[in-house]
Amino acid sequence: MKKRDPELLLFHAPLLRQGMTTPKAMRDVLVALAPATVASVWFFGLSAILVLGSCIGGAVAAEWLFADRKARGESLRDASGLLTGLLLGLTLPPGLPLWMAFLGGFIGIALGKVIWGGLGHNLFNPALLGRAFLLATFPIAMTTWVPTLADGGFLQIYPGNLALPFMQAQVDAMSAATPLGMLKFEQEVTPLAGLVFGNVSGSLGETSGLLLLLGGLYLWLRRDLDWRIPVSILLTVVLFSACLGFFDDARFPAPLFSVFSGGLLLGAIYMATDPVTSPVTPKGAWIFGIGTGVLVMLIRVFGGLPEGVMYAILLMNAATPLIDRYTQPRVFGRGDDPE
Amino acid sequence: MNTRVNNETSGPSSMRLVLTLAIAGLVSGIAIIGIYESTLPTITANKARELREAVFKVLPGVGQMQALVYRDDELVVVESQGKDEPVIYGGYDESGEFVGYAIPAAGPGFQDTIAILYGYIPGDKLVVGMEVLESRETPGLGDKIYKDLEFVAEFSALSVEPEIVSVKKGTGSNPNEVDSITGATISSKAIVRIINEAHTAWATKLPAPGSEPAMQVAETASTEAGQ
Amino acid sequence: MKKNESYEEFIKGVWRDNPVFAQVLGMCPMLAVTNSAINAVAMGMATFFVLVGSSFLVSSFRNWIPKQVRISCFIIIIATFVTIADYTLLALVPKVHKELGAFIPLIVANCLILGRQEAFASRYPTRLAVMDALGMAAGFLLALFSLGAVREILGDGALFGVKLFSENFEPWVIMILPPGGFLTLGVILLFFNWIKFKKDEFLEDVAEAERSGN
Repeated sequence: MKKRDPELLLFHAPLLRQGMTTPKAMRDVLVALAPATVASVWFFGLSAILVLGSCIGGAVAAEWLFADRKARGESLRDASGLLTGLLLGLTLPPGLPLWMAFLGGFIGIALGKVIWGGLGHNLFNPALLGRAFLLATFPIAMTTWVPTLADGGFLQIYPGNLALPFMQAQVDAMSAATPLGMLKFEQEVTPLAGLVFGNVSGSLGETSGLLLLLGGLYLWLRRDLDWRIPVSILLTVVLFSACLGFFDDARFPAPLFSVFSGGLLLGAIYMATDPVTSPVTPKGAWIFGIGTGVLVMLIRVFGGLPEGVMYAILLMNAATPLIDRYTQPRVFGRGDDPE
Repeated sequence: MNTRVNNETSGPSSMRLVLTLAIAGLVSGIAIIGIYESTLPTITANKARELREAVFKVLPGVGQMQALVYRDDELVVVESQGKDEPVIYGGYDESGEFVGYAIPAAGPGFQDTIAILYGYIPGDKLVVGMEVLESRETPGLGDKIYKDLEFVAEFSALSVEPEIVSVKKGTGSNPNEVDSITGATISSKAIVRIINEAHTAWATKLPAPGSEPAMQVAETASTEAGQ
Repeated sequence: MKKNESYEEFIKGVWRDNPVFAQVLGMCPMLAVTNSAINAVAMGMATFFVLVGSSFLVSSFRNWIPKQVRISCFIIIIATFVTIADYTLLALVPKVHKELGAFIPLIVANCLILGRQEAFASRYPTRLAVMDALGMAAGFLLALFSLGAVREILGDGALFGVKLFSENFEPWVIMILPPGGFLTLGVILLFFNWIKFKKDEFLEDVAEAERSGN
């Protein structure tokens, strides 16, 4: 892992290296997410900790409840439930009632992972599945955004967080629109600096583009991440919005705005790259990334919703088995037509 | 086993098969006609009542109504509406004095077509009521276009001049502005657009205020009898 | 003895061979119209009427209907009952009829109904056929109701339109939407299979214990 691979390697089987194991990869992702998580706590205070904690709690509870009695410890040890909970939490609005966050984590693991047969068998990214469930179930709470905290407000908890289970959040007096929402519904553009450093309203983990990129870089250096997927997603989004800007500068988002707003970086770096639900072949990774990028822009620009990263990735997750099948490398020595 | 199969292939004559089906069809037909005839009066009465209720709801102060269509450059009273012919309803108070029109309109919403009926008083150029007849908007969000009474009340005295505009919640001050529903901007905008489009389509066809078709008394009598 | 036999035919449809939970039949109305308890029950009643009526007629005429045209005859009989149910609902409860929409005429395509005619009513005496139809229809009604009730309680905080919780209840919108139907049905099927699994396990344990005891 530390040394770069030489040009030519001669090995005999088995070729699997023990360097990469599931718990290790999961820990790497957790480390990579740490800066963004800390930033979310910085911007949204105690509420961020509570929401993230509830999500993780829900995910781990589901993992524990549905695991085989004998293998319970095993399934918890690889930290994949923890990671799912954390990723889900980072996509939620900071003012979300905690019981909803818990439910989201629980559903994400139960319907997104356990029901398919556990880690490695799921078709969809569990964190995004949990989020899709929450968005369809509680559309208002999931689209009520709060502004970032003022200085010294760390201990302040958004009142929405504390709603009783199954009860509505009190309608928040202080609500704020996300940059994408402002663009879509009010034609207002947020300055780029806010997007890069994260001082904008939005879900917990999507606000600071810079820290997310940093984490991505770490993952790439650790070889935990197929660079083709985030690169192709971001490139597609940039090209797409550049083309649109060509037609109408004012109506469509600028390329850099597109990249740094919403959950695009979080989704492209940490969710689309989930090894279980993305294609394994290099060509497949490109197709997957380009498809995701196009879908994101189509939903954002022409769809009814301001943000489309979640649905874009879930749709491409569904297409992954097909992509894998069509991009399978041919056995060496066979002709063009395998038949 | 073999013999049985042979027996069956040479079994009943085709005459008998045809006869069986014919009798079954006949009995079924009679049963269907019977149920159709016996439920038809209730069904038509239900439909007419539903329509009357909707019209009376969007046009306050109305006691009678009649269907109107635009034929040969004028609005005429019709007994039954032709196919694909847009029909509107004239509302009249108890003494037969014209009050306003109830105009059905439809257009795309967030999910599917939204069909509405709105009350319009041509003299004041005011929309005085709006009722959603059909919609598949998202429960909890888009369905506020008829569940949120505050939003529905926005249409109780709304000027159509120059056109209705939807504005962010709490900012509407002019008589032609509608406060959108928070979280259901698209559905609320759709309603406004549907009314604007229908208004543009009908504005030129409606006769000058004061010269609306009079309430035809015989018309109502025959409709009542039909029920 | 005879009484037992009819009871057996009835109860198997309600529980052991429940058309939805065991046979997974009639999924189309099951998923489409169960967004509230009242819709589910109306659909269940309409299906009940059609199934029992057709089974009675088919079984009564089973010796007169030639094998070659039996399916056509069954369909004619079923379609007649469906049309009657359609018009009756339209006249009596127009609001519910509007909600159910195209799914009332589609009862004719519910494989549960044709399946019972072909598999049971056309082979057994009228009394048993009616008992079987009653059981199956009751099982279907039960399934529709349990799905509709779960979806309405979670999705609207109400049952048959009566609010069950305080004003602040947060409705689970997804439950009224189509995905909610799939999710609820999936969870209910899971639950049934789990019960069955546990029961089999238990019976096996008992058998094991008996064998070793002997």
